Amino acid sequence: MTVHVLTAKEVTAKIINKEPLFILDVRNENDFSDWKIEGHYFDHLNVPYFDLLDGVEEILEKIPSDKEVLVVCAKEGSSVMVADMLSEAGLIVSYLKGGMKAWSEYLEPVKVGDLKEGGEIYQFVRIGKGCLSYMIISNGEAAIIDATRMADVYINFAKELGVTVKHVFDTHLHADHISGGRVIAEATNAAYWLPPKDAEEVMFDYKALEEGSDVVIGNTTITIQSLYSPGHTIGSTSFIVDDQYLLSGDILFIDSIGRPDLAGMAEDWVGDLRETLYTRYKALSDELIVLPAHFMIIDELNDNGSVAEKLGTLFAENHGLNIKDEAEFRHLVTDNLPPQPNAYQEIRETNMGKVSPDEEKQREMEIGPNRCAIR
Amino acid sequence: MESNKVLDAKGLACPMPIVKTKKAMNELEAGQVLEIHATDKGAKNDLAAWAKSGGHELLQTEEGDVLKFWIKKG
Repeated sequence: MTVHVLTAKEVTAKIINKEPLFILDVRNENDFSDWKIEGHYFDHLNVPYFDLLDGVEEILEKIPSDKEVLVVCAKEGSSVMVADMLSEAGLIVSYLKGGMKAWSEYLEPVKVGDLKEGGEIYQFVRIGKGCLSYMIISNGEAAIIDATRMADVYINFAKELGVTVKHVFDTHLHADHISGGRVIAEATNAAYWLPPKDAEEVMFDYKALEEGSDVVIGNTTITIQSLYSPGHTIGSTSFIVDDQYLLSGDILFIDSIGRPDLAGMAEDWVGDLRETLYTRYKALSDELIVLPAHFMIIDELNDNGSVAEKLGTLFAENHGLNIKDEAEFRHLVTDNLPPQPNAYQEIRETNMGKVSPDEEKQREMEIGPNRCAIR
Repeated sequence: MESNKVLDAKGLACPMPIVKTKKAMNELEAGQVLEIHATDKGAKNDLAAWAKSGGHELLQTEEGDVLKFWIKKG
């Protein structure tokens, strides 16, 4: 029987459409327990490929016959081998094209909404890693916020829409993924904005993103208003777009809040984080729709695949916004923190331009979940 | 480190480094040491896990452009 292929895009569609899928993950147990493909109705079986070299007989009875089966490995090779063996045993199976490497890099563009006078805002959902980035377009111009390393995706998306990229922003110096901001800005001749307090050690030129450095896209149509919101990093800056959307960076997520420790300054920044969430954000309109830079779990996805919620709803439901006692808040965000993201120091140095690892190395640095939040 | 056999798995992508390692290991006696040279970064975690599950002992690894492993047959 022939073996089928599923792309990361097709698997993403199954997540968004809440379809079932049985995933046979043949990576080693550590890699699997660290990070896997998650869907609302996905089931998993982890058996390393090297335990299947002599045959797949032992696992045949564990594979359901009434569900679509996807074999997954790190880079594709082993999943093809195992899928072939299963196929020879009479099963109909697929493998994931490009493996977890492709899964980590796939971006699903989702339109979040319309802005005034024909403007639009898109969210790029990096489904495998939980990173969210944005493109705001209006009247032939575009701004990109918190772009991932896959710069071509944004550049081509802008080309397809026939818009010119004018401004590229990072809400902060990222520690969990390599920013594509500088590459995009250079390729499109756009301005690259960074908060100066996060950029003290960067090795390249940038425009200083400070509160009040508002930018207009598409001939005075859409305003992108900057709001200084430290806490995850000392420079962290949020954006209010078209008076409708609050791009919260790594400060506030749907079901969690930012962690203050990734630059080694948890004790110093916890006060900033509280001030930003409990005072600065509290003063904003409840009607703003929060668009964060991450999601943690698949339950945070809306029915259309987007990750977005009203600020008022988050103040009602997000635990991190409802801790009255300051000492308890301090305890939550400085003790019992989740493990730090893979290679986060090297990622920070790459984003500062201090080191320039090749693409293969960059991929490896980014492997795994993002771990930027505290629940 | 001394070894009884050297396996060149350079340039091979997963799963081949382990497929070849397993084959080469079959030709060794218990207690003998296989030295493996690989360039696939994934080989590092996989060889360690494979050795453990197969009852072999990963004696030493050397990092670099070429990854080197010494595994004692169990």
